[in-house]
Amino acid sequence: MSNGNLPAPEAAAELTAPIRHTFVESISRRLPIICTVIILAMVVIIVLNFLITGAPALSWEFLTEAPRKANTEGGILPAIIGTFFLVLLMTVAAVPVGTITAIYLTEYARQNSILARIIRFAVNTLAGVPSVVFGLFGLGFFIMTIGRGVDRVDWDRRMHVLRDALAAPTSPVAGNRIATISDVQKYLFALRNDDWSGEVKKLQSYPRGVSGPTTAELTVKYLDRTPELHWGKPGLLWAALTLALLTMPVVIVSVEEALRNVPREIRDASIALGATRWETIRKVVLPNSVTGILTGSILAVSRGAGEVAPILFTGVIYSAQSGPGSLTDQFMHLGYHLYLLATQSPDVDGTAPLQYATTIVLLGLTLLLNISAILLRSRLQRRRIVL
Amino acid sequence: MADQLQPSSASPPSVVEPPSLTAPARRLGERVIELGIRIVAGVSILAILLIFAFVFREASPILLGTTPKKSATTTSEWLVPGEVDSAAIQAEQKKQAEAAAPRDPAKEEKNRQEKEKRAKEARAIVGEEYPVLTKDSAVKLSYLWHTNWQPNSEYPRYGIIPIILGSLKTTLIALLIAAPLSILAALYTAYFAPRRLREIVKPIIEILAGFPSVVVGYFCLMSVATVFHNLLGFDYRLNAIVGGVGLALAVIPIIYTITDDALRSVPGALREAALAIGATPWQAAYQVMLPAATPGIIAAVLLGIGRAFGETMIALMATGNAGTAGWSFVEPVRTFAATIGAEMGEVANGSPHYQMLFLLGVILFIFSFGINLITEFYVKRKLIKKFRGGA
Repeated sequence: MSNGNLPAPEAAAELTAPIRHTFVESISRRLPIICTVIILAMVVIIVLNFLITGAPALSWEFLTEAPRKANTEGGILPAIIGTFFLVLLMTVAAVPVGTITAIYLTEYARQNSILARIIRFAVNTLAGVPSVVFGLFGLGFFIMTIGRGVDRVDWDRRMHVLRDALAAPTSPVAGNRIATISDVQKYLFALRNDDWSGEVKKLQSYPRGVSGPTTAELTVKYLDRTPELHWGKPGLLWAALTLALLTMPVVIVSVEEALRNVPREIRDASIALGATRWETIRKVVLPNSVTGILTGSILAVSRGAGEVAPILFTGVIYSAQSGPGSLTDQFMHLGYHLYLLATQSPDVDGTAPLQYATTIVLLGLTLLLNISAILLRSRLQRRRIVL
Repeated sequence: MADQLQPSSASPPSVVEPPSLTAPARRLGERVIELGIRIVAGVSILAILLIFAFVFREASPILLGTTPKKSATTTSEWLVPGEVDSAAIQAEQKKQAEAAAPRDPAKEEKNRQEKEKRAKEARAIVGEEYPVLTKDSAVKLSYLWHTNWQPNSEYPRYGIIPIILGSLKTTLIALLIAAPLSILAALYTAYFAPRRLREIVKPIIEILAGFPSVVVGYFCLMSVATVFHNLLGFDYRLNAIVGGVGLALAVIPIIYTITDDALRSVPGALREAALAIGATPWQAAYQVMLPAATPGIIAAVLLGIGRAFGETMIALMATGNAGTAGWSFVEPVRTFAATIGAEMGEVANGSPHYQMLFLLGVILFIFSFGINLITEFYVKRKLIKKFRGGA
């Protein structure tokens, strides 16, 4: 293949001969058209398939109610809200970082800069890492390392307060005294400075029973075995950050394209008028590439809304009655909901209408986002011609 | 993804030196901003390093053979000073009573037989060569080369041969479908399609790229599986072929877009020369332009392989997820990514099974990294060389 770029002179002479309508030739002429048609047909079939079968199952109640009876009835409102907040947080994290990276690559990096080349390679690698590996990373890094670390610090502080409280003169175990667990429980329950109800409950299962003896040191030691998890478990924030890493390359590529479309003369003019490089970027380059940044964000949102693998073990939950209330809450997600209904539901056939309706909502959302991104970009490209 | 080839063909970034006429304070601010931008731009590098480090770290007990520390807790830990551990005393008394009691050969024999029977049962389930493991026993790398993946059974087996085969089979099918379709479609739209058609095809393929993979997986699970089952009469509804078709849907946009880029970056003069010496447009496309774009097409196919290999939700929903080894394409199979996706939610943090799934993640990461390395350094260099030196 490598040497066959150009036909040899002898072959060229042959080419002038009348076209032979052999079988191979007629196939090779039609095949590309057929292939194009097949690809287009597949897209149309998928969209139509879901539109036709799913539309009847779509109703106002479906969109505005919480699921009932182990997801076999009711609506998907919590999943819509969950997906919305997930994507919102993801955008807040991915778009600024992606945009700044693109600014560095186009405006600051020299053509043969090693750093820029490494960054480009990293971005391409990031775009190629399987999405489930991002999920593993989210679990291993955000949850098990960062989250657990934050929890540990917080818990150590709490245990310190507890130690002080148990050493106070009013405490039944003050100064190495021995008291029963139930005495300690009563004392902790009466404390007003902090909420110790969780610890009181935990002491219920102390190895020697509630009537068993204990000391201040042992009580703390026992409670310290099972720190409470707040950040160190799957939650909205960690899922959003994991997704942000996944969608960052999408933003970078789009914004880079937009920045390159800003004519160099405009930059030169700005610099010639005495503006610094950053002033040029902020007042000339960025305003001229807003559309591109928007396109990148929309594409990232669309990609993020549809990805399920990265959030499987970083925050998604089987069923919830409402959307996430805080950054550490687990949440329902449209894509995961579809996966559950189709493969894990107790009644897969019975929930078929729900599955189709969920697919329509998810597909409709991503289609809408994608089409608007495509339209925005074509506007951008048209404007470039005018300039 | 669509931009994989961009850096080589894009216009050089503007290198404009800032004028030094500005006030010192302004220059300082300028430096600070540049430093900040540089640091933020490094996030991508940091992300790659962290991904490798942390996925590797969770799998390290298997890779490095280190055993995680176990925290043994006994009841005596919770004794107050002066208290006597009655459980320990009872255990000691029992031990002494056993030592003092006359040995009962019949009972001992029965115990021994019982033990042997269980060992035999375990051996029968696990097979001759594989070690009998429990849920907690540490996994060694040598355990991986086995034809059974059954981490949840009573005697777990962590053989990854079926997973390797499953991934290879689905990837191969996806590629056999997607590569010809998308390369030829790209050829058609690049040189033959009317402008109007071209403007329709590109966005539609972008829309295909934008389909959530869970939707594609669901489509295969419901429609493709049923159609294939009825038409071809497969024994299993979900199998490697259905999964491969699903993966092909995910791979087509990648191969199409990059091939399209590659074809368009071939100098038009080549085609004009071919036409000038009498080639038909079709001959020019097949015999001149397509070979000239080969490095780019190889890159496209490689990245397609990477995507098919790592795709999770489609494989999870459409391949059947059976962990048996075999060469049949119409049997249910399971892939690396689908195994992680299906089992990670149910394992205890830090257990051997958990480490094993992270090891599969390490394999996936290294695979995709390797593919990117090849496309970045081998294919692109070859492409550039070809057009600078050759033509």
